[in-house]
Amino acid sequence: MRARAVSLALITVTVLGGAACSNAPLSQQGPAPAVRTSAPEPPPAVRVTLPKSPLSQDQQITHTLNRLGYGPRPGDVERVLQMGLARWIERQLEPGRIPDDRVEVALQAFPTLTMPVPELVRAYAEPDQKILAKLRSGQMSQEEMRAMAPPEKRPFRIAAELQAAKLTRAVLSERQLEEVMTDFWFNHFNVDARKGAVKWMVADYERTAIRPHALGKFRDLLLATAHHPAMLFYLDNWMSTKADLVPVFGPNRGRKRGLNENYAREIMELHTLGVDGGYTQEDVIEVARAFTGWTIDRPREQGTFQFQPVAHDNGAKRVLGHVLPAYGGEQDGVKVIDILSRHPSTAKFVATKLTRRFVSDEPPPALVERAAKTFRDTDGDIRMVVVTIITSPEFFSAEAYRAKIKTPLEIVASSVRAVDADVQAPGAPGSQQPGGGLALAQQVNKLGEPLYQQQPPTGYPDVAEAWVNTGALLNRMNFALGLTANRVPGVRVDLSRAVGSADRRKPEQVLDALLRSVLQGQVTSQTRSVLAAQLDDPEVTRATRDDRGPADTDVEKLAALVLGSPEFQRR
Amino acid sequence: MDCACTRRSFMKGGALALLGMGSVPRFLVRTAYAQGTVPRPKILIAVFQRGAVDGLSMVVPHGDPSYYTSRGSIAVARPGAGSAEATVDLDGFFGLHPAMAPLKPVWDNRHLAIVHACGSPDTTRSHFDAQDYMETGTPGVKSTQDGWLARGLQAVHAAPASPFRAVAMGSQLPRVLRGDVGAVAIGTVADFDVKQDMGRMGAGTVNARRGFESLYEQGVQDILHGTGRETFDAVKMLKSANPQRFAPENGAQYPRGKLGENLKQIAQLIKADVGLEVAFADMGGWDTHANQGNEKGQLALRLTEFSQSLAALYRDLGDRMQDVVILTMSEFGRTVRENGNRGTDHGHATAMLVLGGPVKGGRMAGRWPGLAREQLYEGRDLAVTTDFRNLFAEVASRHLGVPAAAPLFPGFAANPAKYPGVLV
Repeated sequence: MRARAVSLALITVTVLGGAACSNAPLSQQGPAPAVRTSAPEPPPAVRVTLPKSPLSQDQQITHTLNRLGYGPRPGDVERVLQMGLARWIERQLEPGRIPDDRVEVALQAFPTLTMPVPELVRAYAEPDQKILAKLRSGQMSQEEMRAMAPPEKRPFRIAAELQAAKLTRAVLSERQLEEVMTDFWFNHFNVDARKGAVKWMVADYERTAIRPHALGKFRDLLLATAHHPAMLFYLDNWMSTKADLVPVFGPNRGRKRGLNENYAREIMELHTLGVDGGYTQEDVIEVARAFTGWTIDRPREQGTFQFQPVAHDNGAKRVLGHVLPAYGGEQDGVKVIDILSRHPSTAKFVATKLTRRFVSDEPPPALVERAAKTFRDTDGDIRMVVVTIITSPEFFSAEAYRAKIKTPLEIVASSVRAVDADVQAPGAPGSQQPGGGLALAQQVNKLGEPLYQQQPPTGYPDVAEAWVNTGALLNRMNFALGLTANRVPGVRVDLSRAVGSADRRKPEQVLDALLRSVLQGQVTSQTRSVLAAQLDDPEVTRATRDDRGPADTDVEKLAALVLGSPEFQRR
Repeated sequence: MDCACTRRSFMKGGALALLGMGSVPRFLVRTAYAQGTVPRPKILIAVFQRGAVDGLSMVVPHGDPSYYTSRGSIAVARPGAGSAEATVDLDGFFGLHPAMAPLKPVWDNRHLAIVHACGSPDTTRSHFDAQDYMETGTPGVKSTQDGWLARGLQAVHAAPASPFRAVAMGSQLPRVLRGDVGAVAIGTVADFDVKQDMGRMGAGTVNARRGFESLYEQGVQDILHGTGRETFDAVKMLKSANPQRFAPENGAQYPRGKLGENLKQIAQLIKADVGLEVAFADMGGWDTHANQGNEKGQLALRLTEFSQSLAALYRDLGDRMQDVVILTMSEFGRTVRENGNRGTDHGHATAMLVLGGPVKGGRMAGRWPGLAREQLYEGRDLAVTTDFRNLFAEVASRHLGVPAAAPLFPGFAANPAKYPGVLV
């Protein structure tokens, strides 16, 4: 790969025949409602050309692996160099074409990922409230409780498997950009797995509403999330009805219901236009009216989307200046999705968030404007917006290089990748071996990012200040120490892979090898000299044999220091 | 990185300036507190009941005729002489849930005031919106990034600044303490160190700490280096203070559970004189949509843990309570009427407790709006008569000394005439 001087106009788009196939599993919840979007069309291949960059070739590759994925593994930079960086990016833009067998096999350990919602509700039922009360009051022991409601068959197991799957994929998947984008959009369209019936719907949500559209059309993504019972439940739209509805049957019969504005407000503030995107409280009410009747068929039994005509407000609505005629039925909501997904404020808002994710906490305004223009010109083609951002001079600028602080998920996944650790599958159901994915997810949780359990609809913040505080930094250092010392259950680190042929009796060699494999040799002179000074420490370099074994370098501690270094906290 | 430099230019002015600017390790600050060369700070402990506690069960308006007619199976029994399973009467009209009996002595000591019908002017019944508004202090505005406690503390000139000025118990910094004040999130005090062995202090701990410290010692004005330096200052300060040596005193017994454990550690930090000014802890499990229970049951169990934890903290701190105020809060209350699942739904106003030496206690504060149907908010909820910002502003200004001009609640002019008057 050679850095070439090109303008964005040189990005060419070629549509290939239907060769690409989507690997997204189909929904297993029976026939989809008429308006539900089907799996996206086979994606067109995108040819990318990279701009001139002040970064060295190795830096450009490291930068790209850190931003479009969860960081390089030992040998990755060399592999990308051989393939060419532009070619590697092109492949990442079409994840369906990248074989990912290791992940497919690893995910078989998590049966809840693909189970239909009604089956999950039955097989992972909530323990009876009376049992819980007895447990709390001491009338029942933990053992009796376990026998009546085994932990591996309780609802939290579903979120736990999803967390483990996320770590497994982040570490193992060859489709790194798809993982990053799936995480990005889940966060953008956040739901909290702990809220009510969402716990049974959250895996299906990621699998059917988020992942298939992660590099697709924004409108399809917005519609898929709007229809999904997880979102309908999380933002209360399933309970929203026309004013003063009094159901004549069902659990709420005889009790007056009415409009719930929660989803209407969030779809504009957080999902599309942004808080300053130019909507009014009147728009909130009108959008809420448009979505009345979009509900869930028995959330704690069936859990599928349902349109209830009786709950729908049949009056005419006016949304952001567009008139929705009376008796639009379910299509009122679809029309709102069309209006919002094509609004210029949405283009700007989404472009800003993506630029913040890929480039820097302070997104360069000129790049945001170009990305927003791509959004408008392509009718919200996410793939093309991403291409605009990641092939820009701003992306490959010196200012952007290592400018982002890694989130807890990013620090954990990139650490495991950097030392090429094995993430073991969980043992048989009921066994004490929870698997490495779950243990790593618990580490992410401890660092402050409990996955799929972020209560606010804003999702997790994507700026440094949110993740850097004294307690968090200590936890990061302790994670590095625990990982390299093989103290994370189900995760096996063999540092000889990272150290390669370096002679353990020669600490300088070991340090150089670690800096190469973990930081690609891109380390400040201060950090390099501080680490080198550590080599004089008898704890790091044991000159003579002791009860821990023959004299050599404490590679584990040295590797932990590198993983805990300021450089590695950045991507 | 915004104001990171401001907050990290520690030692600016104040008593320790005498010792030389900038170069003093902050663990020496502790010595200043311990030796009395710096006055001990006033302390606020905020406890968040997440999930919207039913204020009408926690502080029962047994004198309101509508209370018992609105609540069939979940009403808490009228005060009965000598019975432990009924409302503990306070003033002939209000009483504490029987599970809250551990707080009755605090009331009798006049160290507990209760503000009933307190809440947000925003009408949202969404937990996260309401919690967010209560923590940012800007009801109805979602774009506020920092919290009111962080803003308040920032406005108080503390000299010298301790890394433990503001502490939140947990792995994440709650919104209420986000901001330029540099608050610390602590899982457990014992774990606040670099550990060679995860969970156990091994021989290599000191060594690994020294290694990391050297890595973060560089003087670059950068969020990582600044925080790194603060981190090791804080670790050293905590080591020299060794808060774990403080066992609960005065016969205080913290109940099992997270809140009790967190409050116990807050007490240890206070006794260790690490310069704590604001501490935050929270407790969940208040969202009782079904099978709420009355004198016994789900809610009673939560209230037991809650009140035993608060009572233990009060006892444990003993005379130190002269400088301490404990403020409880919850995002909103619950419906007055019991729902179809023997529970309650999301409502409006709730009750908040204020405990401590500086409290004008043994009394109900605020105005009771009544529970008759026409007195309810939207015909279903206890109406808000005290805007939570007036309560919080009173505590922040009269206890912590936050100046009136400080942007504690942007867009809201706190009015001392409307303070509920909970502090002496």
